[in-house]
Order: sequence, then C-alpha cells, then structure tokens
Amino acid sequence: MKYIFCFISLIVFSPSLNAIELLNVSYDPTREFYLEYNQAFSKYWKEKTGEEVIIKQSHGGSGRQARAVIDGLDADVVTLALAADIDAIAQAGLLPVNWQSRLPMNSSPYRSTIAFLVRKGNPKGIHDWGDLIKPGIQVITPNPKTSGVARWNFLAAWGWALKNYGEDDKKALDFVKKLYRNVPVLDSGARGATTTFQERKIGDVLINWENELLLAIKQFPDEYEIIIPSLSILAEPVVALVDKNVDRKGTRSVAQAYLEYLFSDEGQRIAAKHFYRSSNPEILAEFKTRYPEIKTFTIDEVFGGWSNATKKFFDEGAIFDQIYLN
Amino acid sequence: MSNKRQRILPGFHLTLGICLTYLTLLVFIPLSTIFIRSSGLGWESFWRAITSPQVIASYKVTFGISFLASLTNAFFGFIAAWVLSRYRFPGHGFFDSIVDLPFALPTAVAGISLTALYSQNGWIGQFLYPLGIKSAYSLIGIYIALTFVGFPFVVRTLQPVIEGLDREIEEAGASLGASRWKVFWKIVFPSLLPALFTGYALAFARAIGEYGSVIFISGNMPMRTEITPLVIVKFLENYQYQQATAVACVMLVISFLILLIINALQHWSVLIGQAKN
Amino acid sequence: MEGNTRFRIFRPPKTNSATNEPIYIRFLLILIMFIFFILFLLMPLITVFYEAFKHGFSMYLNALKDPFACDAIILTLSIASISVPLNLIFGLATAWLITKFDFYGKSLLVTFLDLPFAVSPVIAGLLFVLLFSPTHGWFSDILRFFDIRLIFALPGMVIATTFVTLPFIARELIPAMQARGNQEEYAAITLGASGWKTFFNVTLPNVKGALFYGIVLCNARAMGEFGAVSVVSGNIKGKTSTIPLYIETLYMEYKTQAAFALSSLLTLLALFTLFIKKCIEFSYKKRI
Repeated sequence: MKYIFCFISLIVFSPSLNAIELLNVSYDPTREFYLEYNQAFSKYWKEKTGEEVIIKQSHGGSGRQARAVIDGLDADVVTLALAADIDAIAQAGLLPVNWQSRLPMNSSPYRSTIAFLVRKGNPKGIHDWGDLIKPGIQVITPNPKTSGVARWNFLAAWGWALKNYGEDDKKALDFVKKLYRNVPVLDSGARGATTTFQERKIGDVLINWENELLLAIKQFPDEYEIIIPSLSILAEPVVALVDKNVDRKGTRSVAQAYLEYLFSDEGQRIAAKHFYRSSNPEILAEFKTRYPEIKTFTIDEVFGGWSNATKKFFDEGAIFDQIYLN
Repeated sequence: MSNKRQRILPGFHLTLGICLTYLTLLVFIPLSTIFIRSSGLGWESFWRAITSPQVIASYKVTFGISFLASLTNAFFGFIAAWVLSRYRFPGHGFFDSIVDLPFALPTAVAGISLTALYSQNGWIGQFLYPLGIKSAYSLIGIYIALTFVGFPFVVRTLQPVIEGLDREIEEAGASLGASRWKVFWKIVFPSLLPALFTGYALAFARAIGEYGSVIFISGNMPMRTEITPLVIVKFLENYQYQQATAVACVMLVISFLILLIINALQHWSVLIGQAKN
Repeated sequence: MEGNTRFRIFRPPKTNSATNEPIYIRFLLILIMFIFFILFLLMPLITVFYEAFKHGFSMYLNALKDPFACDAIILTLSIASISVPLNLIFGLATAWLITKFDFYGKSLLVTFLDLPFAVSPVIAGLLFVLLFSPTHGWFSDILRFFDIRLIFALPGMVIATTFVTLPFIARELIPAMQARGNQEEYAAITLGASGWKTFFNVTLPNVKGALFYGIVLCNARAMGEFGAVSVVSGNIKGKTSTIPLYIETLYMEYKTQAAFALSSLLTLLALFTLFIKKCIEFSYKKRI
C-alpha cells in the first residue's frame, strides 16, 4: 500500500520539484518536429537563463486536443492544425480573442499544403484535382467531420473547383460530390487513412498534408511518388499561449519564449527539416529542392475564414452531410 | 415466502447500501449529466439532433449489427463454454486462455489487427473476397469487430455455471432412461439459460457502445457503415456537446430498455428453473 | 498434464457414458469451436505477435526498454490496482444482494448494473469531463477553490477505469450464485453460523471459479481500456499515458512494431492472472 502511494505521488508530483514544466498540446503530425524542437529550446533556455525546462507533449486530433484544453487540460501553449480550434479555446475564455495577432506571421510559424500521394510510376495518371473524379479512381481521404486535415483536403478541392469552373458554387458542389463518390473508406484520422493506403493497399491516390507525404516518401522511396496539384490550399497551423493557464502556473515568460523561438532561424530550420514549409522566405529558399513551387490560396481569401467555412461545409446538415444524403 | 427469505440470510441492508452508494456515485450521477446537458437544447433541436437521417441510419447499423453479433456470440460462446468446461483435448489450456484476448487488447490494436486480417490483401480476407464476401470496410467488417469484442462475455458467464452444474441430476435423468439429447434440453439447458441471457445482454451492451475497434474496419461511410458512437464523436468534434449528449441519451435509453427486457427474461428463466426444482 | 490428457482426448474429465454426448457430437463441437477461435481470436493474436517480432527480437526488447513505455506500464498497473479491488468489493456486495434476496426493482437494478457496458467509451469519458472539468464541470468551483485536478490526472483515469469495468465481477458472480441456489447458506445460518462466516466459508468457495474469472476480466479490461481513459487523461507523454494510450502514440509516430510489441506485452500482462490459475490447477491435479 505504501509503495502504491509512493508510486502515485511520484507520478503526480515528481516533475514539478526540480524544473519548470511546460505542456504543449499539439495535433498529430507534429510529433517528430516537437521532439527535436523541445530539446533545442531547452538548451537555448538553459544557456540564456540557467533554468531547467522540461516540455511535456500531448498529441491527438486537433479538435479533440482543443476540447481537452477547454475542459481543463493544463496546456501552457497550444499548437494546433486549425485556427478555428484555437478560436474555440478563446471563446471559452482561456485566451484573448485577438490571439492570432500576438505573434509574428499570424501566429503561424510553419506551413504546409495539401498534395497527393500515388503509387510508383503513377499508373492511373493522376496529375491534378480534376483527375480524381474520373470513374474507377479510388481516392483515400479521412472524414472531414473527425479529422482536421480532411477539412483542409475538402477545402482545397472546393477551392480548385471554384477557380476551375468559374466561381460557381453549384459546379464546385457537383465536383466534390463526384470526388467523395470515389472515396471507398473514410478513416477517422490522417494516420488511419495513410495506413489504409500504404498497408491495406487500397486506393490509387491519398490526399494528405505535404509534410506527411514527404515522410512517407522518405520511408518508402520506391513505392510512392508525390503529385503536386496545379492549385492547393495554404495550410497554416497555428500556435498560441493559453493565458489563463500560464498565469495560474506562473510560466508565462518561458512559454512566451517557447513560442517566439519557433520563429527564430533555428526553430524555422528544425521545422523545415521535419517537412514543413518555413514561414521565413530565406529559410524556405535554403530547402528549395525539397519543396517544389506550388500555387496556393488561403482560407481567408476563398472562404472568408474558418468560422464561415465550418458553418457552410462541416456543420450538422451542411454541405458535407448533403453529399451523402441521396 | 419472499419476506421470510429476507429474514433467513443477513446482510440485506449492508449490501443494498454498498450497492446503491456505489451505483449512485459512479453511474447515476455521471449519467444524469448527459441528460441535463442535452436538456439545454430545447425539445425541437433535441428532436432534430436525434432524428436527422444520418443519425437514424447509424442507429440501424449499430443496433442491428450488435444484435446479430451478440446472437453469434451466444451460439458460438455456448459451444465454446461447453467444450472448454466439459471436454479435454490438446491445447485446452491455451484456448481457454485466449478467450479473454478481446478485453486485453486495446480496442485500437484489435481494430488494426482485424482490418489487417480481413481486408482484401489480408490473411483471411484474400480467401473471402473472391467468394464475394467483402469482409472489411463494410457492414460485415463491423459485424466481425463487434463479434470479437463481445465474445468473452458469453463464454465467461457460462463457464463457471457449467462447471458448477450438478452432474448427479444429469446422471439421474440418464439412469431413468432419458436420451442424452433429452437430458440436455430438459435438464441442462434450462439451468444454463439464465447465464446465457446474461452473457447475451453483456455482449450486446458492449457491442452497442464499441468505438475504437470498429472505426478501423467499418470504412465509416455516412448513411451506410457509420456507427452511432462515431456520430457522437462527429458532434463533439464540432463542439456540439448538446447534440452529442442528445444522441448519447437516445442510445442509453434504447440500450437500457433492451437490457431491461433481457434481464426480465433472465429473471423469469431463473424463476422457472426454481419452480421446476 | 499434456501427457495425461492425451490418453483422454475428447473425453470429459469425470467420465460417465450415460451423461455424455456421442463421440461424433463431441468431435463436431470441438471442431466448431476450433474454427471460430482460429478466425476470431487466434489469428488476431498471431497478427499482434507477428507485427511485434517483424523486425527481430532485439527491436522487440528495445521497444519495451523505452522509458516512456516503463512509465506507461507503472501507471497502468497502479490504475488497475485501485480499480479492481474497488469493483471487487462492490461486486461481492451486489451479487449477494441480487441472489440472496427478493425485492422489487431487482431487474431494474441489474440493468443499471449493465449500463456501463452499453455506454460508449467516448461518452464514458465525457461524463467525467462534464462532472469534474475545472472550467465548466458541475464541481468546477470546489475543484478550483482547492486547486484539485481530477481529470487530466490520475484520479480521473482511475474513476473512468472503475466506471468502465464496474459490472464485471458482479456480473460473473450473479449467474454462478444463482445456479448454486441458496440451500447451503440457509443450512449454515440455521446451524448458527454468522453471516460473514457463511459468506466466507460457504458462498465464496462455491463460486471461486466465477470470482476468479470476474477478477481476470476486470483486470484485463482495466488495463486495456482506451476510449474513456484517453478522454480524461489528456494523453501527456510520460505523465498520463497508460499502455493503451502509449500504444496509440507509438502507432501515430509510425513506430508500428513498437506499438505491437507493447500490445503483446499488455496481452501477456492481462492474461498473466489466468496463467497463474492454470499453474495452481496443474500443481493441484498433480498432487492428486
């Protein structure tokens, strides 16, 4: 009994005794990146102030993570996939509504875009969004209702269709309807979709984050290739300080420094190394060979921000639900 | 009669106290939160949330497949429990041990393993697909996952009861000239029926709520292979707590009613058994 | 034991030909069970171990040596060591209540007992968030005032696990005790034994098989629970990450082999109790 008690107290209290502890609540594909970044930041902070800082990580679906923070998970910083998710935290009163303007580059230190992964040699000849609706093509993308990246995928497809069919919403709807008719499996998350494509060998094309696709290529260079569509969406994952939590825990200064360091050259380089497009043009140029030029639009330009897009496409009974109704 | 029984054995108030306190703290109070949370919706939105076409389709999938899967479990679970407790054969201990596998494996791992096995290029799926059985990303896939998660319930409720059966009654029946078949149906089966009902109820309950293993193998196509727990998750992902809890309420009430019927049947089968004795 | 059983293949332990099925029926039943087990239990088990050892034994060991994995194992064991005894006490009390007394609303009570199984793990986690969230839960004021954290910490994970595994032991005991009837207890009480004595010396020995299965199942499920615990844990690596949560983390990090290695370990841990039972039975039989 005594031992059990010791165990419990160890688990609950131990880390707080000797060092500052930060909790970074993040989404799924940033795992490897923050592993390296946390070490770099700890080193930097130790050199600068002499203080020991330990950064704990929590990863999961972006929406779920945001909900956990709203429900009381003690995050010092949140680094999520969609600005809408941090907006939801702001609405719960944990941080100010203008959070996005508090850090450089709209609080988006690293970027990515949506691209395609096809099997080696591109046997089905897929080059752009238009090819995805051809009969007989199987497209793998997760469910936009449960997955952050799937929303980016959906919006990228919609945006391309708007440009291509003369800004006509009806034709865009028709396009995504045909597209989702070619989707045999709607996995609940990005990783599940990747498994379906790679291990179950289902589908001709996988739509996913560019950074995830680059990782897949690195692991299996002989099995897949990346196709960059003619137009895609600029995905801007965002980061923010959770004011209520840092003030309660007294970790504001180090948490602030943690986020600012993301925008430093060192932080940007680590992001670029982990397949993110840097927000800093100079660093992006350093990694030019890895990231081909791509024409992108932002969610604000085409959809007028996340809250409008969510309402129009992903809410109960909105466009995505209608696709499956008949 | 029943009052007299209560007097014979002590401990009624103590056990009732423990049972009710525990249930109140861990079941009644927590479950009441979802009713209270969903009541914030107002009747009209509540109704809309629980009757939208996608949600209705998901009820059909969840309850229909759970019913079939637990029926399968009741049948095969009965055979397995009987074989495991009555017969000895090579590998008996091993087979007895792996019955609990579905509980021990985290549901996600179960889902991933089952999908790997039953998808088109899987070890088992490669034989099923040519026969026209689409065993993954379909209703059959959900059926497989739900059968998997519910199986131990039936076996493990029946097993101790079969082991505890009084063989003398069977011997008496046999010595009076009844055939084995008759002994089984008239003596053995009725005394196992209550436990079978219990096992069925538990397997069914578990199947209704199952999420982790199903989402990997079901394909999650709206209107076709979407289970109700996934619908709840979809609401939550949109920060629609009230709609999520509304659907959860409906699930809870329906499963409560079904379980109540099964338990009443079970209670009744106990009474019949006692009356016979 | 193996050698011993070979002589009695397809025969029950205490044989009496009048109370046994014909050999072809026995053979058929065993065959049906074999097929079902292979399709639904054995193949998934083989898949787990196949994936776990895919890249060699040393990789398997490396996966288990991971310090985060050790943290997860300790956390999982501590949670199970609190939840299972709690449910054991509850299970014994409830089984006694249900089987020894007749009262109105019994079926209702049993149904409430089953409800935690029917509640989706997703919802089970949400329940405790709605209760204990320090920001909007029912008890948020008290929790904030004393600065107590229940969810996203160990207590919440214990509560959620206890909820999910609540019915197991009671549900195992009830049918077994019903099948035994109450005659022996009546006899003991009539002869002047106290209630506790009757319970420990008459009732418990009669249902020890069921009690044991109940504990095994409860323990296995407590260790394997993912859904509800993941909602209330916050999944902080090395802090609130149980074995199943850490398995998910590994899988998401593309460390599939390590994920399956840990799954195989979890399977072994959960089935360990059953293994002990087999050992005890074995040595017992040997002595006879």
